[in-house]
This record gives sequence, C-alpha cells and structure tokens, in this order.
Amino acid sequence: MDSRHVSGDARHLHDKVQIAAKILVVGHFAVGKTTFIGTLSEIPPLRTEETMTQAAADVDDLKGVKGKTTTTVAMDFGRLTLNDRLVLYLFGTPGQQRFVQVWEDMTRGALGALVLVDPQRLKESFAVMDLVEKYGIPYAIAVNHFDGNQARAESELREALDLLPETPIITCDARDEKSSAKALVSLVRYLQSRTRQEQR
Amino acid sequence: MTAPDEQEPESVGLVRPYVITNGREIADGDRFELVTLITAAPDQQQKSRLDPEKRSLVELCEGGYLSVAEIAGHMRLPIGVVKVLLSDLAEGGHILTRAPVPAAQLTDIQVLQEVLDGLQARFG
Ligand SMILES: Nc1nc2c(ncn2[C@@H]2O[C@H](COP(=O)(O)OP(=O)(O)OP(=O)(O)O)[C@@H](O)[C@H]2O)c(=O)[nH]1
Ligand SMILES: [Mg+2]
Repeated sequence: MDSRHVSGDARHLHDKVQIAAKILVVGHFAVGKTTFIGTLSEIPPLRTEETMTQAAADVDDLKGVKGKTTTTVAMDFGRLTLNDRLVLYLFGTPGQQRFVQVWEDMTRGALGALVLVDPQRLKESFAVMDLVEKYGIPYAIAVNHFDGNQARAESELREALDLLPETPIITCDARDEKSSAKALVSLVRYLQSRTRQEQR
Repeated sequence: MTAPDEQEPESVGLVRPYVITNGREIADGDRFELVTLITAAPDQQQKSRLDPEKRSLVELCEGGYLSVAEIAGHMRLPIGVVKVLLSDLAEGGHILTRAPVPAAQLTDIQVLQEVLDGLQARFG
C-alpha cells in the first residue's frame, strides 16, 4: 500500500465528484477477479451481497423458509478516483448463469467488461462469455498468467473463445499493478474505438 | 493489498432484511443504481428520530459522497435492503443523491477519454 491509497477516514468522495463510471471485471471461479480489483483499488476492496429472491416477501414465508430458494451472491468492488470529478468503480462477480439478476444490476450503465481468462481452464469461461454477450457488454480478454502456465497461441484462444477479430487479448498478472492497469487501459482504448465507430 | 476474502460479511439471512425494511419489497428503490452517489443532507435535526439502521446509514454518508455499493459494503447489508433504506431517507430529505452521470451532459466518448487519461496519469 502506498500513499495514494486513501486511509479509512478519507474514504468519502469529494463533493466535486460528478461522474461515477463502472467497469466490470468478470470471469470464472478463482480466475483472479478479487486479486485484480484489490491490486488497482484505492480503497480496501469491499464486498456486498445481492439477495436473489424477494427475501421474505410476506410473513408466512418466514415460517416456511425451508421451501424457499434464496441465494445470495457476493460481488466485490474497488474504486479509483481518476480526477476531481470522475470516479471509476470496478465490479467483480462470478459468471454463473444463475446469477442473472445480479448481472442486470451490474451491467446497467457499465462502460465495458474485462473478462479474465485462465488459458488452462478455457471451458470454464464459456458461461461468462455467454453472459457478457447476452447483455451486450463490450469486452476485452485478459489472460491471467498463472505460474507454470504454458503460453497459448493467441489464434488458439481466439478460436476457442470464438472472439471477434477486433476483440483485444491482453496478458496480465492480476497481482501486479502495472500489468493490471495496462489491461484496463487496453479495454478502455478498445471501448473508445468502438464508440467512435458507432458514431460514424 | 490484503486479501479481501478474509473479511466475509456475516451472512444476512431471510429474516433480517425483512425486519429492517418493514416488509417492503426488496425490489423497491429502483432509481438507485450501484454507483449512484449519496451524501447526508446538511440539515440533520431529525436524525435522532430515525431508526438505528437508517441513522447509521446517514452517519456513514456524512463528510462526502459514497456509492450505493460502498454503503452496502460498509454496512454489510444486501444491496436491495440498502436501496429500500435509501428510498425512505431520500423521501424524508435526509440524504442527497447524485446520478452516476449528469444527464445528457456527457457523451460516452468524453467519459472514456477521462477514464483513459486518469488511468494513465495514475499508473504511468
Ligand atoms: N500466478 C498468479 N496467480 C494469481 C493471479 N491472479 C490471481 N491469482 C491467485 O489465484 C487465486 C484466486 O484468485 P482470486 O482473485 O481470489 O480469484 P476470484 O476470481 O476472485 O475467485 P472467486 O471469487 O472465488 O471466483 C488466488 O490465490 C490468487 O492469489 C495471477 O495473475 N497469477
Ligand atoms: Mg473473488
């Protein structure tokens, strides 16, 4: 932790803040989402839960709790104050289909998503890829390089994940600040070029 | 950075959200997004009349802005519950809210450029 990180008391955003942008950090189980967010966040990453059903909509349900399927799903997030008026939030959440409700909340207003991928477990990324595509979130792939990983050819990844030719693939070490920041920058550049094209 | 997974929030079960929100639908409060920014209203004479959950929420928001998600994280309450509390507090004039992006003032291109510049200034 260096001096840039805000101390416990100073965790509020300045009154001048006007824009709260949101980027998603998604990926399958244990792919490095929490690590990535923790590496870049200026506050200790926070964790919160979304309840998946209308929790206890009426009192009778409280007695019949057994029959109810209420799931909670955790998402973690971090924060980066980028200038006087702009703050960026990074939200991480798992990619399982059953968390669709959380995805609706998370994706609303999101600029884009960084999809973390472990090349040794490509299949596990399919569900999350389906979700980002279903919600129409523009994304870049960050290949998280775990120790002992064999590098995979980019073309192989592209094919396996069925990526568009323009979708960026960046390698990154989620434990490393520079490397993680670089992945985020690549995503943002890609989002820019997409937005420009759409405006043409 | 320390592993955030170490401090799991205590699980909030079925009963607690119900009690806190007086049985209102969790889906309520749709006008709050995860990154809607919240601060305590300057004039808080009525604060002592609030129930404990709402009062601690208002106190948490004194001294600057926090996002809805941060409030939920700090209070260890599910997002849905926090949104319901926020609706009530906004109605009662206890909090001020700021939409994530000032309506129709900024294009995505402008926001993305600021994000990019900010990231580069910060991480080199
Ligand atoms: N070698 C290496 N290890 C990593 C990297 N990123 C994360 N890890 C390790 O992988 C493990 C899982 O990382 P997490 O950040 O907890 O993954 P997650 O995606 O948040 O996991 P869930 O929330 O459980 O889905 C941890 O032990 C990390 O230290 C990386 O880039 N390289
Ligand atoms: Mg995690």
